[in-house]
This record gives sequence, structure tokens and C-alpha cells, in this order.
Amino acid sequence: MAWNEPGKPGQDPWGNSGNNGNNGGDNEPPRQQPKRPKKNDNDLDVMLKKAQSMLGGAGNKMGNGGSGIGGIGGSIIFGVILVVWLLSGIYIVDPAERGVVTRFGAFVEETKAGPHWHIPYPIENARIVNVDQIRTAEIGYRSDANNRSGSVPNESLMLTKDENIVDLKIAIQYRIESANEYLFQTADPDMTLRAAAESALREVVGQNTMDFVLTEGRNEVVLTVQNLAQANLNAYKTGIIITSVNLQDAQPPEQVQSAFADVVKAREDRERIINEAETYSNDVLPKARGRAARELEEASAYHDRVIAQATGEASRFTSIVTEYKKAPEVTRNRIYIDAITNVLGNTSKVFMGSENSNNLMYLPLDKLMSGQNSTPYRTSENAMTPQPVPMAPAAPTVNNNNTSQRTGIRDYLSNREIR
Amino acid sequence: MKAVLSILVAAILFIGSSSLFVVNQWETAVVLRLGEIVKADVKPGLHLKTPFINNVQKFDARLQTLDSAPERYLTSEKKNLEVDSFVKWRINDVELFYTTMNGDNRLAGMRLGQIVKDGLRAEFGNRTVKEVISGERVEIAQKIKDTTASAASKFGIEIEDVRIKRIDLAKDISESVYRRMEAERNRVAKDLRSKGAESAEKIRADADRQRVVILADAYSEAEILRGKGDATASEIYANAYNADAEFYSFYHSINAYQKSFKDKNDVMLVDPKSDFFKYFNNSVQ
Repeated sequence: MAWNEPGKPGQDPWGNSGNNGNNGGDNEPPRQQPKRPKKNDNDLDVMLKKAQSMLGGAGNKMGNGGSGIGGIGGSIIFGVILVVWLLSGIYIVDPAERGVVTRFGAFVEETKAGPHWHIPYPIENARIVNVDQIRTAEIGYRSDANNRSGSVPNESLMLTKDENIVDLKIAIQYRIESANEYLFQTADPDMTLRAAAESALREVVGQNTMDFVLTEGRNEVVLTVQNLAQANLNAYKTGIIITSVNLQDAQPPEQVQSAFADVVKAREDRERIINEAETYSNDVLPKARGRAARELEEASAYHDRVIAQATGEASRFTSIVTEYKKAPEVTRNRIYIDAITNVLGNTSKVFMGSENSNNLMYLPLDKLMSGQNSTPYRTSENAMTPQPVPMAPAAPTVNNNNTSQRTGIRDYLSNREIR
Repeated sequence: MKAVLSILVAAILFIGSSSLFVVNQWETAVVLRLGEIVKADVKPGLHLKTPFINNVQKFDARLQTLDSAPERYLTSEKKNLEVDSFVKWRINDVELFYTTMNGDNRLAGMRLGQIVKDGLRAEFGNRTVKEVISGERVEIAQKIKDTTASAASKFGIEIEDVRIKRIDLAKDISESVYRRMEAERNRVAKDLRSKGAESAEKIRADADRQRVVILADAYSEAEILRGKGDATASEIYANAYNADAEFYSFYHSINAYQKSFKDKNDVMLVDPKSDFFKYFNNSVQ
């Protein structure tokens, strides 16, 4: 590396040190002024040139045995130059900045915010360093002005303990803690920070498994990286303090991302399948419990019903038996006839009243069974030639009442005779 | 006279300027007298020297970084690893540095790089990939720092730190690592899905079992209850009917007849000679 720091041309060691301030006096500067980064360089140059010509003029006059006017003018000019030169030592340090003053290159002091004065060039020099500005180093990616970021695989891909490869991108925010150290202790401190952070990151990742790095260990990784990198930076005396390390991205490498995504999907699938089963279970079990409850209730109802029925019927029978025993014959007959009346009253019947009923009879049972539309009838007179006659649709329906049925038949027969 | 004066002034200034030199805060310097070192380790600031005879060489005294291109190293299981390391060094002994390295930082970097590479090769050859990546990264760096430091001290260089920045598998191995990772993920995915199906099936089966058991239990209880009801009812009936068994059978039959024939669809063929029509026939005749 060049021992003469580039960008500081004023620091050329062979030259003009002390040509002005020390000698002062009437001597003109012998050579052209060195270029300096100071703002008022040009002004000073111009002034000096003017001074040179003026002094030259004065010398001529003196040589001619001249008056003191030239000398007075010369000292005025010299005074102006001196004032300007002295003023050039004023510099202002912002609250966010520190001034670092060097005298003949050697560090003198660090100045804080406010206006300051240093012995002007070339004796002293002040560099102003912003110590509050947060600087960012991006590892694994670079973002441009539009905040679009591009990946840098060489930096972002690293090996984990279980020999997997992960893709990590971190952003390191840092600021300058000691302007003195930042300037004088390490060549290229910003690059040093990058290297230290990168090495720390890889060290930490290399000590952990991929799953840990990508999931629950993210914060821990970042914290450890910060501590490790800071320790290194302190050892190198870079004057840099890391304010935060942010994990921008922690992913499996692009080549295997689909497989990783599939695992996430699988995890979701598992939950979904289980939930569906729970749904089924939640559907089936309450219904089963409901049915069970119904079954029990029905059984309970049956239980109560049969007992109630038994009690009722038994007590009815008991009552009847009591009465029956008082008059057995009559009661028995009455019960019988009531019952038969009931039965015959409710059913269709065919009265087979003939003595010589050994003929075959045709009974259209299907018609009879079909109910209301037809009714069988026979008189004892017609018994020889039984002729089932289906009733016309308009015919009156069968009556429970025997007498009205007979009337119906009679009407029908008379209708036939007319025809 | 004026010209003489000018020349004189110029000469004084020239001699004055060449008898002074500045060493910056970040520099160190040696003063040579006709090639021979007379003063080393010159502190920052303004210094005097004899013009023309003395010569000054200045060096960057800051901590330097040597970050050479990544190199391939074989591990003990013959796997190729790409390793990127960096060395932090600074000039410790300017006199020695000037004599051995001719004050050339690049030359120093090259020499250091070679030493570090040799050290890394030896250390990696003794270790497996796993050891290199996880456990012993720091140890290796420390060892190399020690060996490098002793070698570098002969050049007047102090090694502040040696760090392994990057350890990567060679490209072709990386590919197979990706394949392996993919396979492993597939395994995990399959495992998750199957385990999900397993749990789901268990839950369903359990639900089905519970349903069957619940229904069966309910059925059993219901039957017991019905049985109890029937038993009680039978007892009640028996107690009542025992009063007159013969009348009961008559009464019960009569009730049964009424229950059986109560529909128009029941067709009865009635014989008028039956007991019921005893009086019916008489009245007709």
C-alpha cells in the first residue's frame, strides 16, 4: 500500500513545510503554492501573487533610493495576507461531527461541536469526521439507489454445521465511535468491518444447524454476529461501533427452495387433514350421543307405557271380574254379543244363509277387497245362481247400517226390473 | 544584486525545506544516511534531517488487511473446499521491515499469503469438513496466526489476526449438497403428510369406535329398561288375571277378535247357523 495516503496532496513531506509561518517576514514564497484542499486556496494564491509583485515593486523603489511609501504598502499587504492566513484556520464542527487536528501530521486533539481554530496550513490540519451518521454495510446483497437489491451469492451462501447451505443476507449499521482510531489505526476500516462481519457470520452459521439458523435461531445468530464482529473490530482498533445487525433474509438456497416450500405446505396439509378428521369426529360423536339419548328415552317411554297399560288393563279386568262374579251368565252373554256386534259392524260381510249351499260360489274377493267402489250382495233367493254384479260407479257406497244396505239392494233390483 | 539576493533566498528555502520532513499520524519512517539506517521508528510530527545526505522512507503504520483470492484446499476425506481468509497485520519493526521486505507492502503481502496458505493446507488436510466448518474454525485460525506470526516477525511484521472468512464447498459438490437437501426436505414433507394422515385416521377411527360404543351402550341400557318394563307389566297382568283364569281367556279372546276385525277390508263369510244368529234366523222364519 502506498505510504503516502492518496487524496492528501498537501501532505507532501518534501517541500514547503514552514516556508510561511516560520520565516514570515518580507520574504516572498519561493515557489508556487502547493495545492491544498482548503476552500480559500485560490484566494490565498491570488493574494500571494499580488504580494509578490507589490513587494517586487517596492524593492525596485527602494533600490532607487525611494521613499517609505512602498514599505508601508508592503507591510499593509503583508498584514492582510497574515490575517487571511490566520483566518484560514477557522473551522466549524457540526454536532454530529468531530474534528481531528494534526500538527505536522501528528495527532494533537479531537474537537467537538462548535467553531474552532487551528494553526493554519501547513502547520496544523483539521479533518472533520461525521460520527453520528449511521453507515450501512450490506453482506450478501447490494441495494441500489432505487432500493432494489441484488443478491451476491458468493457472500450470501454459506455452510451450516450439518453441511447444508443457507442463503443469508445481513445489513450492518455502524457509526464511528472514535474519529482518531478510525482515521489512523486501520487501513480501510469500512472494508475491515465487512470482513470481520462476514467472517463472524460464517463462524456462527457454521456452528449451528440449518433449521436453527433459518427458524428459531435467527435472533441469536444476529446477536452473536454483532458481538463477535464488534470484539474483532475493537481488537483492530477501527474506532467503529456496530449499532445493529439486521437479518435481511434467511432462506434456503434458490435451488432447493421449492422443496422447502413443499415442507411448509406439508405442515399445513398435516394440520388440515387433522382438522378434517376432528371435524368428522365432532360431527359423528354428538349425533351418536343424541341417538343414544333418544334410544334411552324411548326405552324409558316403553317401560313406563307397558307398566301403565298393564296397570290400566289389569284394573279394568279386575273391575269386570268383580261384576262378572255377581252374574256370570248374563255378563258373559252381553260381552259376547257386544263384541260380535262390534266386529260385524266394522267389517264387510257375506251372509251365507242357504241350506243347500253346496254349489260353488264365485266370490270376487279382489273386488271386495278393493273396498268402497263395489260391494257383494246376495239374497237367499238368488243363491242358486249367484251373480256377482259389480255396482255402477254411481251406486251408493256400502253402509255400516244393515237396513240401509238392504234398501240399497232393493233400489238396485228395482232398477233392473225397469230395465 | 537583486538576482544574487533571489538566488540566495531560494537556496536557503530549498535547504530549509529539504532538512525538514513530516511523518503523519498513520505513518512510521526510517531515516537513512547514504543507504544506511540511522534512525528507525520515527514518531509522527515534524523532524529534521541533513539535506542531501539523509534520506527518509515512510511506511503505513496502520493495520493492513491481506485478503487474497479464495484457494482450494483438500480436507482429510479428500473433499475440496474453497477457503477465503484474511490476515490483519501491521509493521512492527520498521528497520527489519525495510531491510527484509525492502519496504514493499505488496511483497510483504505475497510472502504472508504464502505462509498462510501453507498453514491452511496443513491444517485442512488434518481435518474433516465437519470439523473445519463448525468446531475448529477458530482453532485453525489461531494456529495459523501463531505460525504466521513467528514467521512474520522476521520481516518486522506483527500479525494482529488471521480469520477464515469463507469456507465453501466446490461447485460440483455444492450441486450434490443441493440434491441431498432436496431429498431430505422431501422426506420431511412426506413424513409430515403421512403423520397427518395417520393422526387423522386415528381420530376418525376413535370417533367411529366411540359412536359404536355409545350406541351399543345405549341399546343395552334401553333393552334392560324395556325388559324391566315388560317384567313389571307381566307381573301386574298375572296378579290381576289369576283372579279368574277361565273368564280371562274368554275376555281376552273377545277383545282380540274386536281388535283383529275392524276394517272394511276384512271380509267375513257369516254362517247364519252360528250362535250369534240364533234369534236372527228364528225371526226370519
